[in-house]
Amino acid sequence: MIEVRNISKGFAGNQVLKNIEVSFFPGKVNFIIGRSGSGKSVLTKCIVGLMEVDQGEIIFDNRNFTRLDRWDRKDIRQEMGMLFQGSALFSSLTVEENVLFPLQMFSKMSKSEMLDRANFCLTRVNLEGKNHLYPSELSGGMQKRTGIARAIAMNPKYLFCDEPNSGLDPQTAIVIDNLIKEITYEFGSTTVVVSHDMNSVIEIGDHINFIYQGQLWWKGDKRAILHTDNQELNDFVFPSEFMKEIRDNLKG
Amino acid sequence: MTSVYFNIGKYCIMLSSVFSKPERRSIYRKLISQEIDKIGLQSLGIVGLLSLFMGAVVTLQTAANIDSGWIPRWTIGFTTRQTMILEFSSTIVCLILSGKVGGNIASEIGTMRITEQIDAMEIMGINSASYLILPKIIAAMFIFPFLVVISMFLGIGAGALVGTSSGVISMTDYEYGLQYSFELFQVSYALIKTVVFAFIITSVSAYHGFYTQGGPREVGASSTRAVVYSMVLILIANYVLTQLLLL
Repeated sequence: MIEVRNISKGFAGNQVLKNIEVSFFPGKVNFIIGRSGSGKSVLTKCIVGLMEVDQGEIIFDNRNFTRLDRWDRKDIRQEMGMLFQGSALFSSLTVEENVLFPLQMFSKMSKSEMLDRANFCLTRVNLEGKNHLYPSELSGGMQKRTGIARAIAMNPKYLFCDEPNSGLDPQTAIVIDNLIKEITYEFGSTTVVVSHDMNSVIEIGDHINFIYQGQLWWKGDKRAILHTDNQELNDFVFPSEFMKEIRDNLKG
Repeated sequence: MTSVYFNIGKYCIMLSSVFSKPERRSIYRKLISQEIDKIGLQSLGIVGLLSLFMGAVVTLQTAANIDSGWIPRWTIGFTTRQTMILEFSSTIVCLILSGKVGGNIASEIGTMRITEQIDAMEIMGINSASYLILPKIIAAMFIFPFLVVISMFLGIGAGALVGTSSGVISMTDYEYGLQYSFELFQVSYALIKTVVFAFIITSVSAYHGFYTQGGPREVGASSTRAVVYSMVLILIANYVLTQLLLL
């Protein structure tokens, strides 16, 4: 479980996150949603330690991440996997080498064990046989799947996905969504997905946290979204008359 | 002025990360050998070409400028040797390498930064500064002296070839000039300078790449800044080292 306790973060006088308190649960797909510029990416970067918070604490299963120094954070970091918006695959390495990378750096496995693990991860994301291709030779969806394979290589307790569907067509997006959901349930990982793709949220979201102007504005599950009278959330989720009509029909 | 201090501080912080304990030594050894190939061996062509032509041109220009009968012909060999060893092979070759190698390092690391590849490493718990920069620094400090020695031989050899074939100097005079008043320390001085310049080129370029923010335009700007700063620092270091070592 990841607990975010009262964190704030600002840049040059601009307060981006304001006293955010939120929990992310193991074995569940936890969403952070919000408009562009609402602070959700900054929140994620603070949680994974790419940015330092100005105040507050981030607790990973009773371990206070914010109080640890760079070296002590390493243990927790090795329990994290992250899928980036642009996949962030190492362009000079093949698909297989990308997945092997964290294993070679940290695991004590033999070479053949590492290769088995890499092949298992690639098969898990339906990329068997693509081992020797370079990222530039892959489609957007395949790059995302490689990113997921690399993220799960170390069997992470915490899986972070930053805009996993950006730039993908709706059908490929559903494939990626389902993969994230299956992996979360299969490995029991605490998965945090940052997105503004409502289709994903409705498809796989277990717990949803809505960030508005740097504050946690609403939290609940996908069914609660339909019945909320939170104006800002309604404006975000049902921005057009057509969407509002769909909601009213579903409610009715 | 504040910005200068800020950048120096940031550079020092980066270096402290670079020189901290590596995760897996075996992986670093592999990376260093890859960088030796990329930084050193792939620069051999340009270094060789420049050295050949510079040695030849220095010989011909010296010959063309010796009008007086009081100046012996062997001065041509002596001048070519001094020029190649003291300045061209160490300083000018490193200035050229700062453009080729430095620009390449800054754009490679800068691209990794803007495409979140460095963030991916950090999240895995890898010391990205050390992983990306240390092998480049070690490889350059190791391989640049070899490039410089090759450059010295090629320049002096080209001078001999052009000088004798064009008839401006005999081989005996050229050899005499090469050996005249030769001090081995001058080669050591050139190699010491080279090692320092190798460190400047790789670390300064890596610094500019590592802290790139924005998109492709900023990567280009970082690459340009890396080359300019490396060149300026090489010139300053050249002056300081010459003052310290030769006088």
